[in-house]
Amino acid sequence: MNTMPTKIIKPVTSAEEAVAHVKPGSSVMIGGFNYGGIPYTLVDALVEAGTKDLTLVANDTAYDEVGHGKLVTAGQVRKVIASHVGLNKATQRLFNEGKLDLELVPQGTFVERIRAGGFGLGGILTPTGVGTVHEEGKQVLEIDGHKYILELPLRADVALIRGYRADRYGNIVYYGTNRNFNPAMAAAADLVIAEVDAILEVGELDPNDVVTPGILVDILVLKGDSYYASRT
Amino acid sequence: MLPVLDEEVLRHRIARRIAREFEDGDVVNLGIGIPTLVSDHIPEGVRVTFQTENGVVGAGPKPPEEDLRFIGAGGRCLSVVPGGALIASDFSFGLIRGGHLDATVLGALQVDQEANLANWWIPGKLVPGMGGAMDLVTGAKHVIVATTHTTKKGGIKLVKKCNLPLTGAGVVSLVVTEYAVFRFVDGQMVLEELAPGITEEDIREITEAEYVTSPDLGVMQGCEEEQQD
Repeated sequence: MNTMPTKIIKPVTSAEEAVAHVKPGSSVMIGGFNYGGIPYTLVDALVEAGTKDLTLVANDTAYDEVGHGKLVTAGQVRKVIASHVGLNKATQRLFNEGKLDLELVPQGTFVERIRAGGFGLGGILTPTGVGTVHEEGKQVLEIDGHKYILELPLRADVALIRGYRADRYGNIVYYGTNRNFNPAMAAAADLVIAEVDAILEVGELDPNDVVTPGILVDILVLKGDSYYASRT
Repeated sequence: MLPVLDEEVLRHRIARRIAREFEDGDVVNLGIGIPTLVSDHIPEGVRVTFQTENGVVGAGPKPPEEDLRFIGAGGRCLSVVPGGALIASDFSFGLIRGGHLDATVLGALQVDQEANLANWWIPGKLVPGMGGAMDLVTGAKHVIVATTHTTKKGGIKLVKKCNLPLTGAGVVSLVVTEYAVFRFVDGQMVLEELAPGITEEDIREITEAEYVTSPDLGVMQGCEEEQQD
């Protein structure tokens, strides 16, 4: 295998090939907020692959039969780290039955922990959650008379992200409210797989528009034509 | 005896009152439910920039043609107003925590007399998660609660002390219900306005929290715009 080109020129693969990198027991970050900005084609392929015992790191668990909500419904997830799971009945049910670990994190803390994981910080200090159950078991520091919770970095083995357009270097631009957690996650996983609407030649993206530089992205996959993949 | 209000009337009454809290140029985040209706009632001449935590500064109404690539925090399609900006979640919550929002409007399960808010978890029943609420109540300059005065079954929501897990401690600035408006002033809960036909006695019966009545107690603003039957 020619390593030089794949480090710079990113492989474009099928969703099936790409998600084969997600092994049983892996931690997986998946972009998205509600039904926006989810890498639907990759998620469907992961559901199809049936890979189990996953730790899912995602803002929410979407809906029972939408996006990565399907991974929970199919019983492929052992633990969820998220800020909101109220729209997915399967998450609620499995948690109540003791079949799913659930770590709820305030949304701003969630993304900042991912940023810390991706950008080399040992943790972050946030006032969010002070005086609530969320501070239990955590270190609270007082700085200039204000209390902050020490929150630790979050990383994953694999990140599945959703972009709008990519070039072959893996540079990515986003569209609308699909951006959400995707840029942060692109920096915080050992392997980053990006699903995009279109893959362009190098030089076709204006560097002024690039949000996620290609050095963070490992594999590119073109989006499929499922209901949400084609409409988001 | 409290009047029984039509669901739509009471929701819009609360939203209409809250819409009068904003100043020209304010940046505001609206939660799901009654808070969403607030944008329908912004008085003429007041320009409010709506922020949605999933990444819009300058959110506008639902467009005639749905584009699922532009959604609000509740999953409804929205438009981005001219001059709006699209941002990522880390930036969005940086704005929220960083004090760049003038107000957030949220629902409540309970509010207590210490300005504590509980709105994310009923232990043993539902675990929806706090989503962005904890960050919003921590960072926004004003935390405005939009809620029915009691639960559907008549349960007290304005309590002495929240017994549900808190979203934020001592964070609430204003509570607007279909019957009354309370403001927290120097740590004290103050009854400022009553809806037409509502007496202080009515309010005491459905409010457990201890409050004082403002010497300037007035009629709830905006009620005069309700359609007369």
